[in-house]
Amino acid sequence: MMYWLKFVLRNTLRHRLRTALTIVGLVVAVLSFGLLQSVVDAWYAGANNASPNRLVTRNAVSLTFSLPLSYREKIRAVPGVRRVAVANWFGGIYIDRKNFFPQFAVDPAPYFSMYREYRIPEEQLRNFLRDRKGALIGRKLAETYGFRVGDTVPLQGTIFPGVWQFNVRAIYDGAQPTTDTSQFFFHWDYLNETLRVQAPRRTNQAGIYVVEIENPDEAAAVSQAIDATFRNSLAETLTETERSFQIGFVKQTEAIVIAIRVVSFVVIFIILAVMANTMAMTARERIGEYATLKALGFAPSWVAHLILGESLAIALIGCAAGIALTYPVADWFAARMGTLFPVFEVKSLTVLMQILAALGVGVVAALFPMRRARSVGIVEGLRSIG
Amino acid sequence: MMTLPLRYSVRNLAARKITTLLTAGGMALVVFVFAAVLMLEAGLRHAMVATGQDDNISVTRRSAGTEIQSIVDRQQAAVIVSQPEIALGSGGMRLASREVVVLIALTKRDTGVATNLGIRGIEPAGLVLRPQVKVVEGRMFRPGAAEVIVGRSIAQRFDEARLGSTLRFGGRTWSVVGIFDAGGSAFDSEIWADCDQLLQSFRRYAYSSVVARVTDLSRYDTLKARLENDPRLTVDVKRERQFYEEQSQTLSNFIRYLGLTLSVIFSLGAIIGAMITMYASVANRTAEIGTLRALGFRRSSILTAFLLEAVALALVGGVTGLMLASVMQLVQVSTMNWDSFSELAFRFTLTPQIVLATLAFAVVMGVLGGLLPALRAARLSIVDALRSA
Repeated sequence: MMYWLKFVLRNTLRHRLRTALTIVGLVVAVLSFGLLQSVVDAWYAGANNASPNRLVTRNAVSLTFSLPLSYREKIRAVPGVRRVAVANWFGGIYIDRKNFFPQFAVDPAPYFSMYREYRIPEEQLRNFLRDRKGALIGRKLAETYGFRVGDTVPLQGTIFPGVWQFNVRAIYDGAQPTTDTSQFFFHWDYLNETLRVQAPRRTNQAGIYVVEIENPDEAAAVSQAIDATFRNSLAETLTETERSFQIGFVKQTEAIVIAIRVVSFVVIFIILAVMANTMAMTARERIGEYATLKALGFAPSWVAHLILGESLAIALIGCAAGIALTYPVADWFAARMGTLFPVFEVKSLTVLMQILAALGVGVVAALFPMRRARSVGIVEGLRSIG
Repeated sequence: MMTLPLRYSVRNLAARKITTLLTAGGMALVVFVFAAVLMLEAGLRHAMVATGQDDNISVTRRSAGTEIQSIVDRQQAAVIVSQPEIALGSGGMRLASREVVVLIALTKRDTGVATNLGIRGIEPAGLVLRPQVKVVEGRMFRPGAAEVIVGRSIAQRFDEARLGSTLRFGGRTWSVVGIFDAGGSAFDSEIWADCDQLLQSFRRYAYSSVVARVTDLSRYDTLKARLENDPRLTVDVKRERQFYEEQSQTLSNFIRYLGLTLSVIFSLGAIIGAMITMYASVANRTAEIGTLRALGFRRSSILTAFLLEAVALALVGGVTGLMLASVMQLVQVSTMNWDSFSELAFRFTLTPQIVLATLAFAVVMGVLGGLLPALRAARLSIVDALRSA
């Protein structure tokens, strides 16, 4: 066994340039595979943060239709409902269209009692509640654009015309690292009062209602009860759990998610071709040696395992370096992307998949040369000149 | 100067079949990803460009960006429609269509996912303004009736949108009376109905946009300036083609940047593969190179021969990858367009430029992978090389 290990390690060092190049290739492949998997995970992050006791009620026609404000009290009266909050998508532009971050006009008191994962300093929350033009923003958003408490942030409205000024009054942190802290909240009353002057017909409309229920097990029953309340009205509702509401968004862009997933496996096949080539060349050059070893009495399987060991050793070194690089590169990527990916982290499942992929490449690349080394006859092998 | 024949380079590739196959295979995969990305972006662009007509203008509320976020009320629409630059059609009809676009959610047949679809309410001129739209099955909807016609790619993907079935939205039941073909444009992913009927069922007072044809493109700038400065209006006036191109900007940038970044990173793997193969090829033929030099071939001939070998290897991969990618033309992609928030279907489209770009990409990979090994081969001294055998 010791012999074998020594043989394997010495063998990897015989063609240093070739081994080094193969390892670099593996590092690139393992790294990009890990990043792509993390991009796909980031896509689903919103859905994973959803709480089971929150429901979302929206207009049944589609999200672009609003609901009357009068529904708020009717929903609150449905048995099993604890709190209701209005939320409107604002869709404003901060200086340039590419500075994207989500903005919501909300009922602050009930909304932030529901989202307890947003940690807001007591005093800042009070200031926010007191200032009708105040805004409450996430830590990541604040860091990306350098917003500080007391700053004024102008947003150019797309759905609601005009330039809107907001005063940053509070910054929230996430209770968990996966909490989305790239959002921008402000008072729904500010929106509504402004519309009363600008566009009276558009007032008293809620984009969605976020509903907190007493018992997560009753989610289906309460959803049905809410929708039944408004059946055959001018604005019928569709209520679903926060999770399926979020997944609904992801599903609509599923074609892109699938493409990224497919591409992430393509890179594994690319590196498999490179690795298989390296091992095939190595084995071909050493056929004479394998014959010598066999002539000395080593079993054919021992010789074959020599190739397997070398292949696995190269694969694992490349894999380890790739994984080690994944974390800093992912951090750099997340910082560059800013608020586009609210949550971007490398999951342990991703690392496991990286290891499995590298092991798979190591084994598959060795298969063909192993068969050749095992079957080569001593005389034939000794005669070959590489 | 004596140059080595091209056959020397090419036949060397054939000598080690497994190595050549594996290396070219890796390159083919990289080329496939590269070409597929460009094809996807070209398909998206093609769909959007085909949607806009050259002499049509689109008027939306200022900075709304999309028709869904835009509101143009009746008085404003009347001002826009009565501009002198707007062309007249047969029978003196003004070639202007006041339109409303709303989104409804329907369930996709194959995935069961609720998907946002755009419904466009048009006026009679709307069809004249889009000559690429043709009703291919059934008939046009009757004005004043609760009838719709659906785009071809919608009819294929949604059960409720088949010819003869009914859709329920806006408190009414609408029958699907026709299927239209819009030549692969974004309209293929829309449902069309009578504008007044739609406004009424959704209890809307205002239109989303006004689309009109100008008599003469040279008068477009005057019209644009007048409308955008009119104190009664707060609108953006754009050429229709530009309007739709902007609608796909986010998605097209995303595909392009992600795709090209990935291709470049992946190409590192393929270049390394080529390098390994070419280094081995040089090492195995050291004595041969010495002989060639002794026969009088110059260093530059040796360099060229090995570079050509690497390029030929890359071209085998490039052509294979391109052939794989061209099969993708059969695939239609449908996803949500982030700008318009609604479903959009488009195809992988292979253009001559993409073929050239892809082959150039493969050649560059070959040169990068082959350069260092070829330099090593060219630098060998005759005596050492001959002795190594």
